[in-house]
This record gives sequence, C-alpha cells and structure tokens, in this order.
Amino acid sequence: MELDAAKQIGAGLATLGMIGAGVGVGNIFGSFLTGALRNPSAAASQIGNLFVGAALAEALGILAFVLGILLKYG
Amino acid sequence: MAANDPIHQFQIEKLVDFGVVNLPLFGRTELAFTNSHLAMTIAFVAVVGFLTLVTSKMQVVPGRLQSVGETLFGMIDNLSESIIGHEGRKFFPFIFTVFMFVLAMNVLGLLLTFTVTSQLAITATLGLMTIALVIAIGFLRHGLGFFKLFVPSGVPIVLLPVIVLIEFVSFLLRPITLALRLFGNMLGGHVALKVFAGFVVALGAMAANGGLGLFGIPGAALSLSMVVALTALECLVAFLQAFVFAVLTCIYLNDVVNLGHGH
Repeated sequence: MELDAAKQIGAGLATLGMIGAGVGVGNIFGSFLTGALRNPSAAASQIGNLFVGAALAEALGILAFVLGILLKYG
Repeated sequence: MAANDPIHQFQIEKLVDFGVVNLPLFGRTELAFTNSHLAMTIAFVAVVGFLTLVTSKMQVVPGRLQSVGETLFGMIDNLSESIIGHEGRKFFPFIFTVFMFVLAMNVLGLLLTFTVTSQLAITATLGLMTIALVIAIGFLRHGLGFFKLFVPSGVPIVLLPVIVLIEFVSFLLRPITLALRLFGNMLGGHVALKVFAGFVVALGAMAANGGLGLFGIPGAALSLSMVVALTALECLVAFLQAFVFAVLTCIYLNDVVNLGHGH
C-alpha cells in the first residue's frame, strides 16, 4: 500500500516538470510577438521557426508527462 | 469504473487472432490483426485515396480539391527546399510520406478511429526510421567524415572533448525526443479530452439525483464547452505535430547532407 501511495505522489511530482515547459513555450511566443510587433513584415517568414522552437521546448514537458504516466501505470 | 478510465482508450484489441507462433529471431510472438492495424490501414487508404482523388482531374488552374493537395505538396516542397537546399528534392518523397501518414493518423485518430500515434511502438518506429536514414546518408556521402558532425568548427581545443560528448549525446537523444514528442502530445491530448468528457457524465449523474446535486449542471456545461474547445485545439496539435515531425526530419537530414558547410 505504501508503495502505491509513493507511486501516486511520484507521478504528481513528475508533472511539476511541465512548469519549465510552460515558461519556455510562453517565452517563445512572447518573444515572437514582441519581435513581430516591431517588424510585422518579417513575422510571416518566422512562423516555421516559431513552431519548431515551441515543439522543442514542449518536448521536455512531454517527457515529464510521460514519466508521470509511466510511474502511475507502469 | 473501467469505462471512465482515461487510459482505457489506448488498449490494443485483437480483431482477428492468428494465434501464437514461434519466430526464429523474436521467439514466441502473438500474431493478430489489431485495432491499431485497422486504424493504420484506414489512414493509409485515406492518404492514397485522397491524393489519387486530388490528382485525378488535373488542370493548369487548380480547382478547389486540387488546390488542397497542391497546398500540402507545396508546403513540404518549400520546407525541404528552404532547409536542405537544392538537394532537398531528393528527400522530398520520404518527408512527404512521413508527413502525410502522421497527419492522417493524427486527424483520423482524433475524429474517427483508434489513435495509432498514441502508441509508443509506432512513433518509436517512425523516429528510428528517420534516424537510420540520417545515419545511412551520413556514412554513404562522407564515409568516416560523418563523425565531423560531432566536432563543430572553431571550438577551443581544451573544450573539445566536452563539446564532442555533448553533441554525441544530443544526437542519440534525437530519435527518442522525436518519438516521445508525437506520442506524448497525442496521449496527453486524448487523456485530457477523456477526463473532461468524464466530468460531464459524472456531474450529470450527480444532477440527476436532484437536491444539491443540481449545482452539477453548470459544472457539466462548463466541462462540455471545455471538451469542444480542447477538440479545436487538438485539431491544431494534430496538424502541428505532423508538421514539426517533417521539419525536424528536414533539419536532421540537412545536418548530414550539408555536413561541414554552414550551421
């Protein structure tokens, strides 16, 4: 029973890793908007980079999520 | 309650069982036509059918249907050209195939069938296939010069061992993150959808008992609108993850195709 409780707590703690992903993705989109408002004509060409950057930052949050799922159901 | 378990939707079920066989390399293996197979087959037929339909009556000035296909085609063509350069055309078939297959599996999984891309085995296979192609092209084109990939130019000699180690580990992590990103996004999105849909049922059941449970009705309505909003978001994510997979494939291919010049 204690092992079970520890697993649940661990899964919950693992989700804290998503904080970092939230900060990262927010930072990317915020910086993009800052740049896009300064120079709107260059914004369209950077949409691809924007989403790749967001995906790369998000992957680390996903890693935390996968760890949580593994702890809970693994 | 098994029906409300958010993970239950990812269960592999055997539709046609072929029994257990002994394979020479893998040992005891269960052979079956599963719901995952079925969904993949549907995705494959959908992609081939769609592209056949789109190109069946080709005109110089594209009609509505043809321009949808041309937009998808042109997008990946632009992508491979802008990232890999003039040699991007050679790798276009692979990138476009992977993109269309992942896109079809994501979108069909969201709307119609079992979500194949929420199985780690499938996304890991796609990731390994990509990285195997990258390594094969690296060795075929540059021979042992492929290892220059891990040695960036203009690094002080003192720092070199550390940098090489970091580059090597980050290269090894590429297929893992490629697989986990797609898997995690699909799994997470569908679990979130299922959890909010479960709230609707649970709060509705509470309201059916009357009394104070009636307060569950606004909660259920809120959850239902959340499900609608999340479905819209998941449509975007389904497309975006296929696109990101294609972009990263291009970037990894570019590393070995244009090895040494430009970073």
